[in-house]
Amino acid sequence: MKNFSYIVLALIFAVGVAACGGGAAVQEPLVDEQSTSSSGSSSAETGTADSGSMTGESINEQMQMAMAGERPTKLRVHFEFDSSAIDSESRAVIEAHAAYLAARPDVRLNLEGHADERGTREYNLALGERRGQAVRRMLRLLGINSERLAARSYGEENPVATGHDESAWRLNRRVEFVY
Amino acid sequence: MFKHLINYLLFVSVGIWSTSVHAVLTIEITQGADVGIPVAIVPFSVEGQVKPVHDVPAIVASDLARSGRFSLIPKQDFLSTPHRNSEVIFKDWRIAKAEALAIGTIRQRSANQFEVTFRLYDVFREQQLAGIRYSVSADKLRAVAHQISDVIHEKLTGEPGAFNTRIAYVTKEDGPTGITYKLQVADSDGYNAVTILKSQDSILSPAWSPDGSKIAYVAFEERNSKVFVQGVADRSRELIANFPGINGAPAWSPDGRRLALTLSKDGNPEIYVLDLDTKRLKRLTKNRVIDTEPAWSPDGRDIIFTSDRAGKPQIYRMKVGGRSIERLTFEGDSNARASYSADGEMITLVTAFQGKYHIGVLRLKDKVLQVLSDTPLDESPSFAPNGRMILYATAVGGRGVLASVSSDGRVRQLYKLEEGDVREPAWSPYNRELALKE
Repeated sequence: MKNFSYIVLALIFAVGVAACGGGAAVQEPLVDEQSTSSSGSSSAETGTADSGSMTGESINEQMQMAMAGERPTKLRVHFEFDSSAIDSESRAVIEAHAAYLAARPDVRLNLEGHADERGTREYNLALGERRGQAVRRMLRLLGINSERLAARSYGEENPVATGHDESAWRLNRRVEFVY
Repeated sequence: MFKHLINYLLFVSVGIWSTSVHAVLTIEITQGADVGIPVAIVPFSVEGQVKPVHDVPAIVASDLARSGRFSLIPKQDFLSTPHRNSEVIFKDWRIAKAEALAIGTIRQRSANQFEVTFRLYDVFREQQLAGIRYSVSADKLRAVAHQISDVIHEKLTGEPGAFNTRIAYVTKEDGPTGITYKLQVADSDGYNAVTILKSQDSILSPAWSPDGSKIAYVAFEERNSKVFVQGVADRSRELIANFPGINGAPAWSPDGRRLALTLSKDGNPEIYVLDLDTKRLKRLTKNRVIDTEPAWSPDGRDIIFTSDRAGKPQIYRMKVGGRSIERLTFEGDSNARASYSADGEMITLVTAFQGKYHIGVLRLKDKVLQVLSDTPLDESPSFAPNGRMILYATAVGGRGVLASVSSDGRVRQLYKLEEGDVREPAWSPYNRELALKE
């Protein structure tokens, strides 16, 4: 069932990319890009409705901009404790990056996995990698060639929040999209 | 003579400089044994033109006090100050309520050479328990003091001491140019700290080779974790593992010829054994879960490791040669980063209860788990080579510090830096550089 919606999305992106004229879209003037992406915007909405994750227009806008070859502004997804499961909010972010990568075939992406400070450092190194791989796997399912995607782990070594409570831990359990 | 004096002054000023510039670990005892053995340590007589830079009996007294197993008789209670066998009046020490008495001499034999004698007595039996003579260069005087502490510890408690050892740890300092990580090695009392690696990126999992001459560790370089082996004395460094993905968790085999480590080059974290001579890799685990943090049994037959094959991280044991895998931990939410005591009868590990991480000891014969710490973010435990103390990382006031606890939970110490965090400790094997002369 989930896989089916990925396939639908992948097809939508494929259509979107085809509509943009492949790699040539990158060289097109900004105005042209916007005009082509408007034709795909309704499809993007259908796709997001299927995934059942969208909360507002901002994400639809992100998707539209991504399909037009503009890099999504949200560059992080977060995880539950000791988990690499991708929730609906993260899925929307990953879908936007997939759309962007589909629109910009020359772009490569590094996925950097991180963990919070709880648990041992070496286990967290493994956990960070598992999170990076989970995002990489989803991008692949969305049609992005795995050769364009690298996953690395920093474990708990590079926290973005320095606190020692759930609000800091939540921010630190993350995969960063590094272009 | 004048030259010696200049040398001495130079040494002292260098010492002060290094104290203020390099981060020095200070150690405080936070919990002692209920009743320490009362010991009198008489200042040694000093003969020669140059006063030795290291005060041997003071170092011994500080070692013993720090261990929490001894109570030192204050100097004002001394009725006599013997240095030689013939000068000992046992009655004086019974009055001072000392059960044991340590005396000694230090004599300068040549410019840089000292002779140290030491005797230990049982005050009530009026017997000599140990008598040792050392002939060493000035820079070995601290090591001599720690060996004397080890002898006193063993003769009076029946258990070997671990004073003549070193510790490795990682410091993290925030400076004007960003964060600096240092891999440091110091004596077990925090002195003689030297930096063997400095990096802008994190360093973790230092592991001593069985002969104490090298340290394997993980360093992030060029945005990837890599495993290195570095000489402690000559600092020569060898890149051991730099595969795509994780290169982590190095652990020496007891013969020092192989390293167990975690690599994810084949898709996800698995445990491998690398032969350091032939560089041949052998894969020991194969599945879709996390397997990491290997540690060898002292007989070299088994490897224990952390795996989340049952959902949460737990400790498992496998044969180095064959497959047979046995789960060792069942208590708590999770258990990780286990390593053996030198006798192979216990493992120390990080055990999680209700989201808090404590240091535990698991007795292998009956799988009884004893929890030894009550702070919430404890990690990286390792046994002292005598198996009586465990060194680990914890946090005090949000800062990383090291702590040690006796394996019976009765004695505790904290190792702090004046500034910055200290973490990832590893206790060295015994220092065999100096042979005892009995």
